[in-house]
Amino acid sequence: MIWVNDIIQGIMLGGLYALFACGLSLLFGVMKVINLAHGDLAILAGYLAVGVIAVTHIPPVWSFIIVVPLFAALGYLAQRTLIQASLNRGVLTTLLVTFGLSVVIENALQQFFSANAHSLPIGSLVSDSFGIGSQITIAYLDLAIFLVAVIVLLGLQYLLSSSKQGRLIRAVADDREAAQLAGADYRHIFGIAAAIAFATVALAGIAYGMYTSFDPSSGTTALLLLFAFEAVVIGGLGSLWGTLAGGILLGVIQQLGGQINSNDQVLAGQLLFLLVLLVRPQGITSRRRTA
Amino acid sequence: MRTEDEGIAAPLLEVRDLTVHHGQLRALNQVSLIIGAGEVQAMIGANGAGKSTLLRTISGLKAATSGTVIFDGADVGRLRAERRVAAGIVMVPEGRRLFPSLTVEENLQVGASYARPGPWSIERVYELFSWMPDRRRQLASQLSGGEQQAVAIGRALVANPRLLLLDELSLGLAPVVVSRIYDTLPELLASGVTVLLVEQDVSQALRVASRVHCLLEGRITLQGEPSRLSPAAIEEAYFGLSAGPAGPVATPRASGAAE
Repeated sequence: MIWVNDIIQGIMLGGLYALFACGLSLLFGVMKVINLAHGDLAILAGYLAVGVIAVTHIPPVWSFIIVVPLFAALGYLAQRTLIQASLNRGVLTTLLVTFGLSVVIENALQQFFSANAHSLPIGSLVSDSFGIGSQITIAYLDLAIFLVAVIVLLGLQYLLSSSKQGRLIRAVADDREAAQLAGADYRHIFGIAAAIAFATVALAGIAYGMYTSFDPSSGTTALLLLFAFEAVVIGGLGSLWGTLAGGILLGVIQQLGGQINSNDQVLAGQLLFLLVLLVRPQGITSRRRTA
Repeated sequence: MRTEDEGIAAPLLEVRDLTVHHGQLRALNQVSLIIGAGEVQAMIGANGAGKSTLLRTISGLKAATSGTVIFDGADVGRLRAERRVAAGIVMVPEGRRLFPSLTVEENLQVGASYARPGPWSIERVYELFSWMPDRRRQLASQLSGGEQQAVAIGRALVANPRLLLLDELSLGLAPVVVSRIYDTLPELLASGVTVLLVEQDVSQALRVASRVHCLLEGRITLQGEPSRLSPAAIEEAYFGLSAGPAGPVATPRASGAAE
C-alpha cells in the first residue's frame, strides 16, 4: 500500500511539474524560444499575487483572477517587443535575452520585496488532507494543483487541436512564411501563444507560492525549474500531452526513489531523465515533428 | 485608373523596374511586366535566374531594393505579405510548404482563415480534386508530392485570390502528375483568377501561358506570346547566347525533370 501512496503522491507532484512546464513547452513548441526566465517569471507572478492580496485584501486563492490576465497581457507585450526582436536576430539571441530577463527580474524583485521569503497564506488549506484507508493521505492543495494542471493542459491541448486560433498557432509553428501566405500575421499569433504561455506561468507561480515559500532567487535556485525542463524533454519537446505525461512520470519516479532511500528522490528523477535522453531523445510521446 | 488597350485586358498587376538584392547579389535587375485580369503569364528561365525571387517579391515575402508593384491600381510595395493576401495576391510557394503536422482539411482551413469573399470554398476545392475529401483527415506530410501540390493549390484558392502566383508546380513531380495539375488551370481561370506562374518546364509553360517572359541573371531577355516565339529565340534567351558574357551553364528542363 505504501507504494500505491507513493505513486499517487508522485502523480500529484507531477501535476505541479507539468503546470510549471506547460508554458515552457508552448514557447518552445511554437516559437522555438527556450525561455531561461521561465522560473523567474513564475516567481514574479507569485510576488504579483502577494502585492494584489496586500492591496485588494481578496482571499489568496482568488488572486489568480487578477494575476493571470495581467500576465497574459504581459506575455503578449513581451512577445511583440523583446522576444520578437531577439527572434529576428537568431536563436542564440533569444537565449541571451531571456537569460538577461531572468537576471533583471530577480534583482528587481530583490529591490522591491527584499530578499526575505514570502508565501501566499492560504491558512489551514496548506496542510488539510483526507485519507483513503490507513496508508494513503491526499492533501487538498496537492489534489487541487494537480486538477488545475490537468484542466489547463487538456484545455490547452483541446484549444490547439480544435479551435481556429489553435489551428493558426500550429500552422505558424510549422511554417511561419507559409502562414503569412495564408494571410496570418505570425507576430500577432506568436503574441497570442506567448499570452497563453505566460498565463500558465502565472498559475504555476501562484500554485508554487501556496505550496511553499519563495524568495526573489527561487526562480533560478529552486529545483522546480530544472524539473520543469526535464518534464518537457521527457515528454517530447513542444507536445503538451507529452509534458503532462513527462511531469507525472518524473514525479512518480522521484517518489518511488525517495521511498527506497530518502536521499535518492532527486537522483531517481535525473536517472530517468538520462535514460530518456539515451533511449528516446525525442521524448516518450513525440508524435508530432518538432524540427 | 485602368487602361483598355487593344488586345490587352485591364492590368491587374503592374511591376515596374523591380530590382531586388540577396545581400550583395542582385537577383532581379529592372524587371517590368504587366498582367491583365484573367490572363495566364509564365516566367521561364534557368536555376538562379530570379524567377522565384520575382514571385516572392510580388507576394511580399521579399523586400525590393527599388521599383514598384502596383496591384489593381494601388501601390502594394510596402505591404506585408499577409496584407497582400487580403488584397488578393496569393502565392503557392516553391516546394508546396504545407503545414506538415496539420491534416489536409486543417491546411485548407488555415488558408480560408483570412479569405476574401469569392467563389472558392473548401467544398469547391474538394470538387476540383475529387480524391481529397476521402483523405482530409490525413496529415499533409503523409501525402505524395503531387497530392501535396494539389493541397497547396487548394489552400491558396480558398483565400479567393484575384492573382494567383504559382511557383514551380512541376518541381519533383512525375510528368503525368504535372499535366494532371495543369489540367485544373482552366477551371481556376473560369472562376476569374489571374495567374502568374514560374516554371522550369518550358514546354509546360508555353502550353498554358498567353504570354511568356524569359529571365536570365535577373533580367528579362525575352517576352512575347508563345506562338510567336521560335524555339531558337527561346533557347537563346534562356542560355544568354547572344547576351554577351555567358552565365553559368544550365540546361533547359525537359518535361517534368526532377530537381
